[in-house]
Amino acid sequence: MKTIQMLIAFAFATAAAPAWAALEVFTCEPEWAALAREIGGELVNAESATTPQQDPHYIQARPSLIAKVRRARLVLCTGADLEVGWLPLLLRQAGNASVQPGQPGYMTASDSVDLLDKPARLDRSLGDVHPYGNPHIQTDPRNIGQVAAALAERLAMLDPANAAAYQSGYADFEARWQSALERWTAAIAPLRGRQVVTHHKGWVYLENWVGLVEVGNLEPKPGLPASAAHLAELLEQLKTQQVAVIIRSVYEDAKASEWLAARTSIPYVVLPHTVGSVPGADDLFGMFDVIVKTLSEPRP
Amino acid sequence: MHFRKRAAHVAPFLLSMASTALAQDQVTGNAFNPAISLILDGHYASYSLDPEGYRLPGFELDAEAGLPTEGFSLDETELAMSANVDDKYYGFLTAALEQTDGETSIEVEEAYFETLALPKGLKIKAGQFLSDIGYLNPIHAHAWDFNDTPLAYLAMLNGGYKDAGVQLSWIVPSTLFVQLGAELLRGDSFPAAGGAASDGTGASTLFVHFGGDVSDEASWRAGISRLSADANDRAADFDSGLVSFTGTSDVTMADFVWKWAKDGNARDRYYVVQAEYLRRKEDGELTVSVPSAGDEIGPYVGTQDGFYVQGIYQFRPRWRVGLRYDRLEATNEIGVTPPTPFVADHDPNRISVMTDFSNSEFSRLRLQLNRDDSRPETDDQVVVQYLMSLGAHGAHRF
Repeated sequence: MKTIQMLIAFAFATAAAPAWAALEVFTCEPEWAALAREIGGELVNAESATTPQQDPHYIQARPSLIAKVRRARLVLCTGADLEVGWLPLLLRQAGNASVQPGQPGYMTASDSVDLLDKPARLDRSLGDVHPYGNPHIQTDPRNIGQVAAALAERLAMLDPANAAAYQSGYADFEARWQSALERWTAAIAPLRGRQVVTHHKGWVYLENWVGLVEVGNLEPKPGLPASAAHLAELLEQLKTQQVAVIIRSVYEDAKASEWLAARTSIPYVVLPHTVGSVPGADDLFGMFDVIVKTLSEPRP
Repeated sequence: MHFRKRAAHVAPFLLSMASTALAQDQVTGNAFNPAISLILDGHYASYSLDPEGYRLPGFELDAEAGLPTEGFSLDETELAMSANVDDKYYGFLTAALEQTDGETSIEVEEAYFETLALPKGLKIKAGQFLSDIGYLNPIHAHAWDFNDTPLAYLAMLNGGYKDAGVQLSWIVPSTLFVQLGAELLRGDSFPAAGGAASDGTGASTLFVHFGGDVSDEASWRAGISRLSADANDRAADFDSGLVSFTGTSDVTMADFVWKWAKDGNARDRYYVVQAEYLRRKEDGELTVSVPSAGDEIGPYVGTQDGFYVQGIYQFRPRWRVGLRYDRLEATNEIGVTPPTPFVADHDPNRISVMTDFSNSEFSRLRLQLNRDDSRPETDDQVVVQYLMSLGAHGAHRF
């Protein structure tokens, strides 16, 4: 009994952040934490549940995340079932009424954009399909701009005392984002129509923006690892196609793309799927700078 | 052509009953259906000793406790449904279809609601549920890392404590994860018995869980729990008669779990080390009924210990191996001619190894070998098991 009393005393001692603390923002992925910092600056303390090395499909509702959701004022996630395996459990276990779906403290980025790849047929024999559409929305900078507008409104709603600061933070970000977008749009123009192969179906929004044509994936079905049989088939298929590049993200196994690159003389690249995933992608601007630069580099 | 288009349109509704917020422009009524999932679970088991004679010396087992059925067998087919009831409550049901001796029965495993909107990190859960004591106790059988439950759980909790009642828990608003909880339960589930004689409140628990991250790659959770139960006329068969225990049964548990994944990415390589220690104290009166000799009544004080340690290693995507060691010990003081279950003439122990393959998150095939020294003679056990999960996406528990 004594132990439990001690534990309760300890719990109270470590409890409750001071009233002047920054707005606690819990994000599921690093790109949304970066976006919250762009808009909120010092007013927010945004932390991501996942690192760039982690596949967001495969996270567990671990104790540290429950503790973070418990203290969060805003939960900001991609949605569209990307976090279906762990976010609902976190929300239920954390006992934080203000961040439940439907509350101002809960926001999904996918609500602000039009989803691509909505499956016509839902059948797990097709792999880990997402019923609402492809959730990897962050690889189109226009989507980032749309989420930013919604996020600025949400922050102002949750922290009305600082509403003006969020508005000006957003206005400043939006101006810089628009000018960067013009620069990127000009740079990618020559890439339109190029054929690509991607590891996972995680780049459809980038392809849609740049005008790339995806002719295959290293995964035989979404979520299943690349198999020898599937790669052999892909190799055969690529003999008749002019593919510019093989794309994967940093958390995906390198072997499959290396194998295919070695046999086809198609180069493979690791593109930043989020902030912090490759050198240079230190913020959202850096992420798209690296994407545009890597895709534009001349190849043998 | 017209039909095909319609079918394609309807299919998502039929299959994604998980999603309550789907297609707001459709008024079909079933968009609010709960998330439904189905677990298919079956095995083939082979034993070198006769499974009928299974016992754990020093422990009175629940009447249903024992080894998984020999040969081919269907395990529990589990149907689960869950959804938010409204903005304040979440509801959950799992029903298990079980087949015993050709008879199929439906058993309600868990049926409870919990609150979503209590202030200050508080939560109330009420209904029938797996108690949150220990680490493994609240985990459903299909999510275990081995085909069978640790010996300590089998001996002291009949595989896991599940009962009707109410739970109050509190998540402390600290950076360290701290959860405090208490449960008041009916007391109908082993090691409790005859909850009605205790006014339907024959068991209670207290638990505290801590946890956190050590780095991006490693996380842990630890806990201490206690179950205090009334056993009212808890009956068990033994070779020459019947035995009944009335008294208190208190289980104290300590658990620890350490998980590591390369780059924190559990898809590729990870390991889990998990250990639990259980100590049970039983104090009361024992009635031994032997048909030829009549009833004999006397005091009984049981002090019993058990632990398991296990490690699971996923060495490449989809493939895992596991190793587990179990041990039990009992010191029972009995004031009557000791009946078989209470005689601790041997310390039960077991070593298990397993390997499993998961084609996707939704399927798993497992081979498990046990060198089972539960009884004084060694039982070599082989189990091949399948686990298939259909429907709504399962939750990734820590």
